[in-house]
Amino acid sequence: MVAINVDQVTRIYQKYSAQHRFKTFKSAIVKGDFFKSLRPDELVAALDNVSFKVEKGTTFGVIGENGSGKSTLLKVITGIAKPTSGSVRVDGKISALIELGAGFHPEISGRENVFINGIMLGLSKKEITEKFENIVRFAELEEFIDAPVKTYSSGMHMRLGFSIAINVNPDILLIDEVLAVGDASFVPKCLDRIDDFRRRKKTILFVSHDLSTVEKICDRVIWLKHGKIQTMGEPKRVVDAYIQDVAEKQEEDFERRQQEVEAEEKFEEERRENRWGKREIEIKKVRLKGLDGTEKHVYSPDEGMVIEMDVLAYSQIKDFAFGIGIYNPKGICCYGTNTQLEEFKAQSVEGEGQVVCQIEKLGLINGTYYLDVAIHKKDGYPYDYHRNLYSFLISSTKKDVGILRPKHSWKFSSGIKIQAPSTEEK
Amino acid sequence: MIRLIKNLVDLYKYRVLIQNLVSRELKARYRGTVLGFFWSFFNPLLLLTVYTVVFGFIIMPRDPAFESSPWMYALFLFCGLLPWQVWFSSSSLESANVLIIQGNLIKKILFPVEILPVVVVTSNFIHFLFGLPILLIFVPILGGHYTPYLLFLPVVIFVQFVFTLGFSFLVSSLTVHFRDIKDILANLLTFWFFATPIIYPMTFSTVQESSLLKNLLNLNPMTHIMQGYQSCVFYGELIHWKRLGVTFIVSLVLLLVGYAIFDRLRDSFPEEV
Repeated sequence: MVAINVDQVTRIYQKYSAQHRFKTFKSAIVKGDFFKSLRPDELVAALDNVSFKVEKGTTFGVIGENGSGKSTLLKVITGIAKPTSGSVRVDGKISALIELGAGFHPEISGRENVFINGIMLGLSKKEITEKFENIVRFAELEEFIDAPVKTYSSGMHMRLGFSIAINVNPDILLIDEVLAVGDASFVPKCLDRIDDFRRRKKTILFVSHDLSTVEKICDRVIWLKHGKIQTMGEPKRVVDAYIQDVAEKQEEDFERRQQEVEAEEKFEEERRENRWGKREIEIKKVRLKGLDGTEKHVYSPDEGMVIEMDVLAYSQIKDFAFGIGIYNPKGICCYGTNTQLEEFKAQSVEGEGQVVCQIEKLGLINGTYYLDVAIHKKDGYPYDYHRNLYSFLISSTKKDVGILRPKHSWKFSSGIKIQAPSTEEK
Repeated sequence: MIRLIKNLVDLYKYRVLIQNLVSRELKARYRGTVLGFFWSFFNPLLLLTVYTVVFGFIIMPRDPAFESSPWMYALFLFCGLLPWQVWFSSSSLESANVLIIQGNLIKKILFPVEILPVVVVTSNFIHFLFGLPILLIFVPILGGHYTPYLLFLPVVIFVQFVFTLGFSFLVSSLTVHFRDIKDILANLLTFWFFATPIIYPMTFSTVQESSLLKNLLNLNPMTHIMQGYQSCVFYGELIHWKRLGVTFIVSLVLLLVGYAIFDRLRDSFPEEV
């Protein structure tokens, strides 16, 4: 049984420029060719030949970057927007958690808004009266239900909208990134409700940037990229492919940033706040590489990293040490070391050279990290200190917290029933 | 064509929603004001006072129908002013804005857009209905008489409803694409007001003597609707069936054309508002 059948749907958006608009108005008046002149001057395909089927009773995830066509897809399915070509067939009553409380009138009370919104969503007055208590209780708004909606906070607004939409009791629920605004106690309540829907074998179409939730609750996932289906299938596989793609894009960003750092350095070499020292020995270039030797800036927590420094000593120097430091965005030093602390004995350096520090496994949690590199004397006098000039990203679907991720595993005695995650991280 | 008519009839399906949205409009309009709903009564009264002072007492009407009484003139004025100002003019102006103001509904949820102009016209119609008893109370006070012809009022009201609705469909959908219409409309309505026999009667000597002026006024559908009100309430005579009948057909055509354009542009609303 198919609940939603999207068949070769293309949706083209039209852009009208101000100049075009003026021309249209003029020609509409002068020549009377009104409809003909309403033609747009630029076309954007938000959805490009998208086809898929959602089976009844399954949870279907849609992921993709901003602007990839996810919201357009939902609009086409609800019928707010019509497909330019292709067709959409929906079997069952839809409730869309797209824009919660979109129809609220700010001047009238929450109570009246519940009724009007409910009617807009297809309930009868009688049904709303029956469900009214439930709606208000779920939204936790008992005290405020008779106050005008304009006095509500954005959280209250969203809670009431969610509560009405979920009480419509649809066969198909469309959810578009709405849980982002709720507070810590409301979001789990919403997720509970969504779980409840899944248990009752209703169909859910779930659009989210929260990849771990998508992986957890969806039976099938599609990944939209520039309006086209990039991959469709089993959640783990699609999410991984998507993460890989995002990582590649981030990699490009980091590379560009690195180039900017290097370019800037040429201009204001002396004035950089993040670099100091007299440069008797200079760090010419720093490269971050994977263990396989390719330059990269986005790592998974289990990967290793190689830091390569090109150094140049202008004269023979005998008192020196090389150091590195890894900082998280809060400025906390996650790890720092230098050759002196590790009891290397400096003898002499002169001319060009290369220093390589290899980290076998990063073991850090998600986030952006900054790297310090330095050459200094044993007493701490800096020759060349680069403060936070280089950065890299740790990207993983796991959401553990803290500073570092020690290698660990879990074991449970036979009395404890607990399900292991479906797939192991690479 | 048949589809259009069917769609228009389908509006009946949404009566509960329309009813709720209208009552929401009425509630929201005066929320926060001290006098609240009484403004529905005061607004036409204040308007009437201003026009009576200026045109009745200062300019002094010269038409025999008023028996040289500024009060009789005030009654005549009220007959046209109420349906024009409270209903037609405010409906048109609000329609120009309604799709843009309610953009959220159009863009974010599946919503039958065509009920928005209906809600605007209906809620202003209800304001007009609130003003109607005041008009009727003032008939004897200002020197008029109740006549059985008052019973024809609903016919006139119905014709105006159709005409106003058609105009609202047209204005609301076009404004989405050409926002200039909002400003054009404000000026057009002022011009239109004076091009309709509201502050002067059709029997006025200047009008009667110039056949050009007379023909121009007769081409204006609102002329016949306003004359309908004046016949029922002020003159106490039978409404001009033929003229009102033609006006009704014109109104129906406007409604169909207005709705056809609205329907044609409908798909572009979510992107343009």
